[in-house]
Amino acid sequence: MATSKSSASALTVDHLSKRFGDRVAFDDVSFVVERGEVFGFLGPNGAGKTTTVRTLGTLIAPTSGVATVAGLPLTPENGVEIRQRISIMPESPGLYLRLTVAENLECFVGLYALPDGRQRIERVLRAVNLVGRANDPCGKLSKGLRQRVSLARALLNDADVLFLDEPTSGLDPVAAHEVHELIDGLRQRGVTIFLTTHRLEEAERLCDRVALLNTTLRAIGRPDELRDRLFAKTLSARTVVPLPEPDRVFGGLPSVASWRHDDPTTYILTVSDAAVAAPAVTRALVSAGADVLSIVESHHSLEDVYLELINEDVEAGTK
Amino acid sequence: MNANASRIRAIFRKELREYRRNGSIIATMAAIPLGIVIFPLIEVLALPASAASALLNGDPLVILLGIPAIVPSVVAAYAVVSEREQGTLEPVLTTPIRREELLLAKFLAALVPSLAVAYAMYAFFLICAKLFAQPAVASAVLQGPDVFAQVLFTPLIAAWSIWIGIAISTRSRDTRVAQQLGALAGLPVLLVAYLIAFDVIHATLGLALGVAAALLVLDGLGWRLVSAAFNRERLIAGTR
Repeated sequence: MATSKSSASALTVDHLSKRFGDRVAFDDVSFVVERGEVFGFLGPNGAGKTTTVRTLGTLIAPTSGVATVAGLPLTPENGVEIRQRISIMPESPGLYLRLTVAENLECFVGLYALPDGRQRIERVLRAVNLVGRANDPCGKLSKGLRQRVSLARALLNDADVLFLDEPTSGLDPVAAHEVHELIDGLRQRGVTIFLTTHRLEEAERLCDRVALLNTTLRAIGRPDELRDRLFAKTLSARTVVPLPEPDRVFGGLPSVASWRHDDPTTYILTVSDAAVAAPAVTRALVSAGADVLSIVESHHSLEDVYLELINEDVEAGTK
Repeated sequence: MNANASRIRAIFRKELREYRRNGSIIATMAAIPLGIVIFPLIEVLALPASAASALLNGDPLVILLGIPAIVPSVVAAYAVVSEREQGTLEPVLTTPIRREELLLAKFLAALVPSLAVAYAMYAFFLICAKLFAQPAVASAVLQGPDVFAQVLFTPLIAAWSIWIGIAISTRSRDTRVAQQLGALAGLPVLLVAYLIAFDVIHATLGLALGVAAALLVLDGLGWRLVSAAFNRERLIAGTR
């Protein structure tokens, strides 16, 4: 039941669900990940992110729905072939601590039955800056270094789809930054990456698109698309003194839909297009004799999107 | 199912490296055989020549079959549960390895050192008996059929014991509990060995061949049965 490896999408997931008895791990999840895309999978603890990765990695069987992974239908018969084409870096590095870095990698070269094992090991160790630590026992490495070994292991088989489950979990900012640079490097090489993370700034920086999972899929799209979808575009205008008649100043501007005070000298304007509205607002304020301190477009982060959607779920759950 | 030699070899080599660097495994492999061999050895060395004829009825060497009955099951009981505890099982299961390949590799990795230890202890016993026991006692101990039975039954019992150990390991959540259960699983074989040694059960060629055939079948079935019971989802997600 194998399909061509040249199938356009790296992952297609269609109404996929997984239940453990009465407990729903994730439900009715659908999305597509294109080849070469870095796809962020966000969600709170217990949202079903890791279970989704395990399901797509053939470790867990879905309860319902269908999926295609690296061009192959997600079926038990295709398990070996799918696992040959993908690579998963689990949240916990799971290294053999009594073995050296090179011995750990050597084991996985054998498990993937890869040719040129020695060269591959050297190549992935170079990629994660660990060449000098090849003969160190993994038990003596710091958490950050273990994470890098785990990433090196995931790079061994040149996977079509690389699943990274919380790759920077528990890392200090410097180590996390190094992992980000590695992921950036992989993206530039055209590797498809499925990245689950709690770190929203990480997703915003690295991902072409993100999906937000909270048992069900709450949103999917580019980070800027999600922001636009959830939040109106706003300008924040600050003046030296309060405007005597702000309604007269802002009310007549076609690009301003509404306005409100943030504080006595700051006005938050809901606009359709910030680039069009900003000059018009500036002109209107100057015409009204106001001393303008600043006019800036308000930026909503991915974190705002995340919190908005998760809070909706929390509120829905408490009603 | 076409087993892939590269994948089996990868796990086999990894296991042997881990055993070599794991003090508790080395201690298990050394202490249990010594504990089993020491009492029959003292008994044989202390026997007067006049007691040699009594040895011809029983078979003290059979007690040494306790080594392949207990050592491999304790080692094998460590095989899956320890990987689960250390979080190393999930990365392995995300590779193309089939469960049959994984279990066969773990079986071989437990079998090879266990056989080496069992045969080494057996050789040690025979050499000590030859060198230090009364000549008549040594002759009674070194009987061809007994030596052959020992050589034949050691791998058969070890293989059965390993499959029991791996089966326990796949169902356990705690390494120490698994190893204790593994040791207990070897006790019935040790009990039968003692009964034969003291001539409560009289060993005959027919009995030996029957038991050997039964063990051979069980060893073959062990791989399939344990593989069938090996559930990736339960091991990874912790579901029942």
